[in-house]
Amino acid sequence: MSLLPFCQWLSETRWSIALHESLWAYPLVESTHVWSLALFVGFTVLLDLRLLGLSMRLAPASEVVRRLRPWMIAGFCLMVATGLLLFYAIPVRTYQSIFFRSKVTLLALAGVNVWVFQTSVWRRVAEWDRDPVPPKGARLAGAASLLLWICIIFAGRLTAYNWFDCDRQPQAAIVNWAAGCVVESE
Amino acid sequence: MSLLPIFEWCETTVVGQTIRDSLWLFPVIEALHLVSFAVLGGTVLLVNLRILGTAIPSEPVARLARDTRPWQSGSLAAALASGSLLFLSEPRKLYYSGPFWVKMASLALAILFTFTVHRKLTLADEGQVGPLPRKLAALVSIALWSGVAWGGRWIGFSG
Repeated sequence: MSLLPFCQWLSETRWSIALHESLWAYPLVESTHVWSLALFVGFTVLLDLRLLGLSMRLAPASEVVRRLRPWMIAGFCLMVATGLLLFYAIPVRTYQSIFFRSKVTLLALAGVNVWVFQTSVWRRVAEWDRDPVPPKGARLAGAASLLLWICIIFAGRLTAYNWFDCDRQPQAAIVNWAAGCVVESE
Repeated sequence: MSLLPIFEWCETTVVGQTIRDSLWLFPVIEALHLVSFAVLGGTVLLVNLRILGTAIPSEPVARLARDTRPWQSGSLAAALASGSLLFLSEPRKLYYSGPFWVKMASLALAILFTFTVHRKLTLADEGQVGPLPRKLAALVSIALWSGVAWGGRWIGFSG
C-alpha cells in the first residue's frame, strides 16, 4: 500500500498550501524545529554521555534520567509537532525523499534502541546507579543512540536537497525504488 | 569603513571556492554545524535549567558546569569551525543578510557573557552569590543562545 494518494490529497488542502507559501509561518516552524534540537537531541546526547561514563559521572544515572525526562518529553513533542507541520507543508516531495525515508527509519531504530535498553539493562539500574562508568549494555545503548541521532540530523538536513527527487529522471532504478517514484514506462 | 572588501576577499579563498564548487561539501558541513549546535545547546540549557531550579538537584551548579564544560567548549569550537567554513563559501550573500548580522551580534554577546559573567556566577560557591543574579544570568544566557539558533536558521530563508 502506498501513502502517495494520501500525500497528494494532503498537499491540495488549503492549510498545506497556505503554510507552504507563507512568508513567516514556515520559517518560524522550521526554526522552532531546529531550536528544539538543542532541548531534545542535546539532552539525549548528554544522557548518552552519562551512559558512556563521559559526563556527570558523580550523579546517579537514574536521577539524570528522571530529571531530564520531562524536558526531553517536552522537546520531543515540540520536535514531532513542528516536524509534522513541515511535512504537511510539503507532503509529496518529502514522502518521496530518500533522505526523509532514511530519517524515519533511523527514528524507528532509535525507538527500538530505547525499548531494548529499558527492558534489559535499565531494569537492573539499582545495581549500577552510582557507577561512574555504567555496564557494557548501558554503554552500548548510549553509543548506539549517539550514532543514530547524528545520522538523523544528517538525514533531516539533507532532506532539503533535491539530488534524488523523483522529477529528476532518469535515475538509478534503486533510487526510484527507495524513493517510491512513479516512473512512466517507455 | 565597510567590511564588504574583506567579505569579497573571503569569497576568493581556496577553501571558499572548494566548498562552493562541491555539491555535497556544503550540506555535510551544515549537518556537522547542526550536530555541534545540538550538543552546545544541550549543555547550555542543562546548566541554565539547573540554575533555574529544575534538572538534576544532586549535581551542584558548579560541579555540573565543570562537568559539562569540555563538551560545551568542544561543541562551541566545532560549531565555530564549521560555521567559518560555511561563511567562507558565501560571504557576499551573508553580507546582505539581516539574520546573519542578528546571529553574529547574538553570538558575540553570548560568547562574551558565557565566558565572563555567566562563568563567574556558575562556578562560585553556593554561599557566595545569591540565587537572583544567577537566575537572571541563566535567562539571559538562554535568550542569547536562542537568538543565535533562530538567527542562524533564518539565514537560509533570506535573500
